[in-house]
Amino acid sequence: MSGIIGKKIGMTSIFSATGHSVPCTVIEAGPCVVTQVKSLETKDGYVAVQLGYGEIKEKNATKPMLGHFKKAGTTPKRKLVEFKNFEKELQLGDEVRVEDVFEEGEFVDIVGTSKGKGFQGVVKRHGFGGVGQATHGQHNRLRAPGSIGAASYPARVFKGLRMAGRMGGKRVKVQNLRVMKIIPEKNLLIVKGAVPGAINSLLIIEK
Amino acid sequence: MNELIKFVETTLTDKQRSDIPAFKAGDTVNVHVKIKEGNKERVQQFQGVVIQRKNPNTNGETFTVRKISNGVGVERIFPLLSPSIEKIEVVRLGKVRRARLYYLRGKQGKAARIKERIVEK
Repeated sequence: MSGIIGKKIGMTSIFSATGHSVPCTVIEAGPCVVTQVKSLETKDGYVAVQLGYGEIKEKNATKPMLGHFKKAGTTPKRKLVEFKNFEKELQLGDEVRVEDVFEEGEFVDIVGTSKGKGFQGVVKRHGFGGVGQATHGQHNRLRAPGSIGAASYPARVFKGLRMAGRMGGKRVKVQNLRVMKIIPEKNLLIVKGAVPGAINSLLIIEK
Repeated sequence: MNELIKFVETTLTDKQRSDIPAFKAGDTVNVHVKIKEGNKERVQQFQGVVIQRKNPNTNGETFTVRKISNGVGVERIFPLLSPSIEKIEVVRLGKVRRARLYYLRGKQGKAARIKERIVEK
């Protein structure tokens, strides 16, 4: 699985060849640096590459991580992601750019952290319908979850029952987004549709 | 707006804003639209009064043209930068006092007239 790390820039719309207006997300993807190569021969015992993206100040990196970056011959990076079975042969310290990994027209999966929504009820969090009626004697139950189980048997609420709680701020993967355009000069990747997370949040783009 | 988004919008749209004539709500325009029938392409004209321009200065900017066709009011919404619009001709400038002319929908004939705007040189 090949991939790259990027940053969400925002959304816009572009016109397709057929003249339709297509909603698109603009992603600054890479350039990434290979910070570690894992192979069957080393003690890792599997094939993978680790990519780094985004600059941080040297004082904000821990000493063990500084040593890790020094081995690859790069500056400290904000985000490190491992990709198993990368389709290209890569050496330690190599630069990976968008145009090396992706092509226009192919489909990619994008992983991000969704926007935090705070403590939400079941209607927003799980798509419950609510009570359905505001009249006929209903009082303050409009967005209530309803029954959460039977009575003396089982005499408990089952684990994993969908209830109100913290929503968002979780790792979310969106699959099969079409790559509309790649602009190598500015490291931009433009995909059709929306991706999880706020503007400037980090994304993992996989193929 | 983010600079990179601006860059994407300007480089990926074939049409330049400068090629499109200036017009606002109240003006009468003739829009030449490319229409595909099977594998033949022809141009259709749609002439009427612009009653609004929405989402200005974005890629998604649209304008609504209203005309009376066979006694029935017809409104068509066009994306300003759409490649299927061949040409926009400004036929007549109109003098109106608001940006959205929804009041035209309730008016007919003489009441739906718009004064001409005379541009001073």
